[in-house]
Amino acid sequence: MPFALALVCVAAALFAVGRWLNISYAFFAAYVVVQYIVLGTAWNILGGYTGYVNFGITAFFALGAYSSVVLYKLVPSLPLPIMMVVGGIVAGLVGLGTGYLTLRLRGVFFSIATLALAVVVQTLITNWDFVGGARGAYVLRPRVAPLIGGDYIQYLFLLMLGLCVIALTTARAIEHSALGYGFAAIRDDELAAEASGVPTLRLKLIATVLSGGFMGMAGAPLPYYVTYLDPASGFSLNYAVNAIAMPLIGGTSSWLGPVVGAVLVGGLQEYIRVTISSAVNVLVAGILLVVFVVLAPEGIVGLFRRRRR
Amino acid sequence: MDASLDLLVNAVISGLLLGGFYAAVSIGVAISFGMLDIVNIAHPGFILLGSYVAYFANTVLGMDPILAAVIALPAFYALGALVYQIYYVAFERRQDQSLGGLSFFFGLLFITEVALVLIFGVDYRLVQARYIGPSLNLGWIELPLRLFVPFLVSMVMVVGLQLFLSRSFLGRAIEAVAQDQLALRLMAANPTRIKRVAFGLSFATAAIAGAILIVIQPVEPSIGREYIGRVFAICVLGGLGSFSGMVIAAVTLGVVESLTATFFGPSWAPAVSFGVLLVTLAVRPSGILGR
Repeated sequence: MPFALALVCVAAALFAVGRWLNISYAFFAAYVVVQYIVLGTAWNILGGYTGYVNFGITAFFALGAYSSVVLYKLVPSLPLPIMMVVGGIVAGLVGLGTGYLTLRLRGVFFSIATLALAVVVQTLITNWDFVGGARGAYVLRPRVAPLIGGDYIQYLFLLMLGLCVIALTTARAIEHSALGYGFAAIRDDELAAEASGVPTLRLKLIATVLSGGFMGMAGAPLPYYVTYLDPASGFSLNYAVNAIAMPLIGGTSSWLGPVVGAVLVGGLQEYIRVTISSAVNVLVAGILLVVFVVLAPEGIVGLFRRRRR
Repeated sequence: MDASLDLLVNAVISGLLLGGFYAAVSIGVAISFGMLDIVNIAHPGFILLGSYVAYFANTVLGMDPILAAVIALPAFYALGALVYQIYYVAFERRQDQSLGGLSFFFGLLFITEVALVLIFGVDYRLVQARYIGPSLNLGWIELPLRLFVPFLVSMVMVVGLQLFLSRSFLGRAIEAVAQDQLALRLMAANPTRIKRVAFGLSFATAAIAGAILIVIQPVEPSIGREYIGRVFAICVLGGLGSFSGMVIAAVTLGVVESLTATFFGPSWAPAVSFGVLLVTLAVRPSGILGR
C-alpha cells in the first residue's frame, strides 16, 4: 500500500509539473513513454515472471484500440475510462483463449501462436468494414478535457498515468505474493513446479489474462491520441519490439526494469526522432534489444545489482 | 466445362504450386527449429533479404533472380554460420534459450525489416524474367510459369537437401545432432560445429526462397511477417524435423489458402495459416507424420 501511495505521489508531481509547464508537446511525448511503461510491465508479467514470451503485443494492444473505436461508433459519449476497462476485458479474454489452447505445450509454441495471432487479428480488423477496414477510422478528439479542463491530451496523459500506477502496483504485488513465487517456479523449472503441486496451467493463464488485459487497456485511448487509426499503424511492429525491448533492457526480474527501460529507450527514441529521423528511431529499439540480450541478459537493473554485491 | 468447377480445379492447381513454394520457405525452419531446436523466427526476414538481393542483381546487373540467389548462396551460408555462432555463445552455452534466444531472433527480424525499409523504401518491388507472364495451357488447365518455375526450383532444393541429409556423411551427422547431441559428443564429434553447418544451410535456403518469392509476387519489407504464421503452421503440421511431412503440410496449406482466396477473397488468406496452426497445436501437436 505505501508503494501505491508513493507511486500516486510521483504521478501527481509529474502531472503538476506538466500542468505548470503547459507545453502540449511535452504531454504528447510523455504519453508515449508512460504507455510503454504500461506495455512493458504488462509484457513482463508474463515474459519476465513466468518466462513465456508473448510476441502478439500488437494483437492485444490493437484489440483495445479497436474496441474503443467500436464503442465510439455505438455510444460516442461513453467516458474513456469505461472504454479502457472494456478494451482490457476483450484483450484479456483473447489472451485466455490463446493461452488455453497453447500453454499446455512447450513455451515456444505459445510464442509462435502469439506471433500468428497478431497477423490474424490484423486480418480480421482489415476485413471488418464497421471499424473502417483497411481505410482506417477517424475519431474526433474533444477539444477540452472533461473534469480537469485544459487540452484533451492532458486528460489522456492523466488516464495513462493512472493506468501505469495500477499496472506497476499490480506487478510489484505479484512479485511479493504466492502468485509471484509460483510464476518464478514456472520460469525456473516448470516440470519441478508441476511436480511440487504448483497449478502451472492455471497460473500461466492468470499471467496471460493480466498481461493481455493491461495491453488492451493501454491500447484503448490510442484512437483518441492519434485521431486516425488504420490497421497498418495500429498493428505496427514498433509496439511489439518496444514492449519486449524495454523490459529486457531494463531488466526482467523486477517491476523497476520496464520503467527504467521505457524511460531510457523511450526518451532516446524521442530525442532521435526530433534530431535525426523517425526511421532511425525505430531501429534503435531493435539494435538495443539484440545487444542487451546478448551482452547483458539481466538488463540495467541486473547490472547495478551485481555491482552492489 | 462448368464455370465454377473450372474455377475450383484451377484454384487447386495454383494451390499445389503455391504449396511447393511454401515448402521452400519452410525448409529453413524445418532444419533450424525441427532438427536443431533453434526457434529461428527471423527466418522470414532473411527470406526477404534474399528477395532484395535478387531484386538488386536483377535491376542493377540485369541478372536472372534465381541465378543471383544461387550465386549468393555462399554469402548467406556464411551469414548463417555467424548468426549461429553468436546464438551459441550468448544463449546455448548459457542454457538460456527460451526468453533470450526468442527475443534475439525477434530483434534480428525487426532489424532486417527496418534496414530493408531504410535502404529500399516501402514500395512494392518486382523483378523481370522471361518466365514471368506467360502460362502453359494444357486443355482448360492453366499453368502460370511464374508459379511453375518456383515450384520446380523449390522441389529440386527440397529433394537435394533430403538426399544430402540421408546420403552424405555430414548430412547424417546433422541428423545425428537432431537425435542425440550427447551421444554425438561421446563419439568425439563436435555438435557445435555440425550445428553451425546445419544452421548455415538453413540460412542459405532463404536466398533461394527469397528469389522465388519475388518471382511469384511483388515484395515489400513487411510481408515477411505474413510468412511467420505460415512457416510455423507448416512445420508444426508436418511434424517437426520430417521433410516429407513438411511438403505434405505445405501443399495442404497452399491448396486451402488458394481455395479461401478464390471463394472468400484474398484478404482472408493470411487467417488460414493461423487457424491451421491453432487447431494443430490444440488437437495433434506432433503433426501429421509426427513421431
